[in-house]
Amino acid sequence: MSAIDVPLQKNRFGQTRRKDRWWIEPLFVFLGYLIFTVYANYALLANNYYELPGTQYLSPMYSPLLFRYAPGWWPAILPYSAAALILWAPLGFRITCYYYRGAYYKAVWLDPPSCTVGEPRKSYWGERSFPLILQNVHRYFLYLAIVFIFILSYDAWRGLWFDGPNGPGTQFGIGLGSIILILNPIFLGLYTFGCHSLRHLIGGRKDVISSSAVRQSCYNCVSYLNRRHMKWAWISMFYVGFVDLYIRLCAKGIWHDWRIF
Amino acid sequence: MTPQNESKAIFRIWRGDATQGAFQDYTTEISSGMVVLDAVHKIQAEQANDLAVRWNCKAGKCGSCSAEINGSPKLMCMTRLNTLPLDQPVTVEPMHTFPRIKDLVTDVSWNYRVKKEIKKFQPRKPDAADGTWRMQQSDVDRVQEFRKCIECFLCQDVCHVLRDHHMHDQFIGPRFLVYAAALEMNPIDSADRIAELRDSCGIGLCNITKCCTKVCPEEIKITDNAIIPLKERVVDRFYDPLTRLFKMFG
Repeated sequence: MSAIDVPLQKNRFGQTRRKDRWWIEPLFVFLGYLIFTVYANYALLANNYYELPGTQYLSPMYSPLLFRYAPGWWPAILPYSAAALILWAPLGFRITCYYYRGAYYKAVWLDPPSCTVGEPRKSYWGERSFPLILQNVHRYFLYLAIVFIFILSYDAWRGLWFDGPNGPGTQFGIGLGSIILILNPIFLGLYTFGCHSLRHLIGGRKDVISSSAVRQSCYNCVSYLNRRHMKWAWISMFYVGFVDLYIRLCAKGIWHDWRIF
Repeated sequence: MTPQNESKAIFRIWRGDATQGAFQDYTTEISSGMVVLDAVHKIQAEQANDLAVRWNCKAGKCGSCSAEINGSPKLMCMTRLNTLPLDQPVTVEPMHTFPRIKDLVTDVSWNYRVKKEIKKFQPRKPDAADGTWRMQQSDVDRVQEFRKCIECFLCQDVCHVLRDHHMHDQFIGPRFLVYAAALEMNPIDSADRIAELRDSCGIGLCNITKCCTKVCPEEIKITDNAIIPLKERVVDRFYDPLTRLFKMFG
């Protein structure tokens, strides 16, 4: 491409003539990521209190529960957590998500800290070189994330079954935890089905979308959710943490699940 | 206009040429309904006759009066003074991403050179014998959004790849990714720009910070509707073995 033959001025880190409080948004994003990362690591390493006795509640951070205890092939040197076997998939989906990428490049990597604010580094590779070229794997994480929606929907269904006279999980009922578990795949679905990659795969890749009415309708639906992708990204992320916290507090006896019927 | 509606404000305007310059303060009377361009014109008429400013329509449609107002890229003609904190000087300076010519005027000719390098519209064979094509409105709507662009180049100015890293020789910037998207998604166009989008256009350099979308006066969803869909098409072609496999057998 054409170059510019006149040297342009360079901005120092943080230099800007903006007079608004531009740092608020990246600060909140950074704190949001920090809070979730700290809690997710705590929940991951704890490897306990992810189920509530007497119910079928299972924390979404541990679902699906592949191995309750360390399988034989697990390296003895590593502390075992059942969450470690599955959490990489939804986390990978979020880390490579277009919205999250733009947000953490700004809030964490300061590249740039905010629009028209000077950056800390002079070099820049973007997403065309290793390691960030790996972000292109996003659609594969999308496929996994869709599978997780179904798994967590099944967990929500199981959350409606409690221990009864005929054995564990044989009595239908609704507890506050059941409702909390039902909302989880809904929020995750609103986030996942608004994904930019899904929007592309479902119709955006075509120049003529209208040739199939089904494709056009799907594209319109995904586009509708995509316009609110940021909102659902945050809601669904913190809601997963909240569900885990609710089950953890109930399992520890700090909080009690309210049984509606 | 009643005198009660009038007050004074300080405008800190960058004065200089291609090689040097400095901010200079001008105090002028302002009144309700004024935009920054009105104030600049008033200063030009009353205090600084040699102040260079590019403008044309005063209606946000020609894209000429792009500048940085209080550090944010904006059209001067669409920035009302009552949206700015007037208790402190209002800074007005030329766009940072392009070479300065004089005062508020920059040399944006790089953009026109870039545009020439993008593969042109190539219509497919006509659908009808009379040499016309058939398209559904819903397919046209998608690219119609991109045609709202007034080429103010505010998105180019705010893009940190150009603004901070000066990668003009490797990255075409958001404006021309929108232009490429308008061509690439056009139901009639048959040209293939995917390889050049990855290579010479440098789409991989965009890290989706959405600053371009935020400053667009036409409210084009540049990142979500143009850049990311193009990135996904590049992924289809170069980074997704499954899609390639399906295409081979599909």
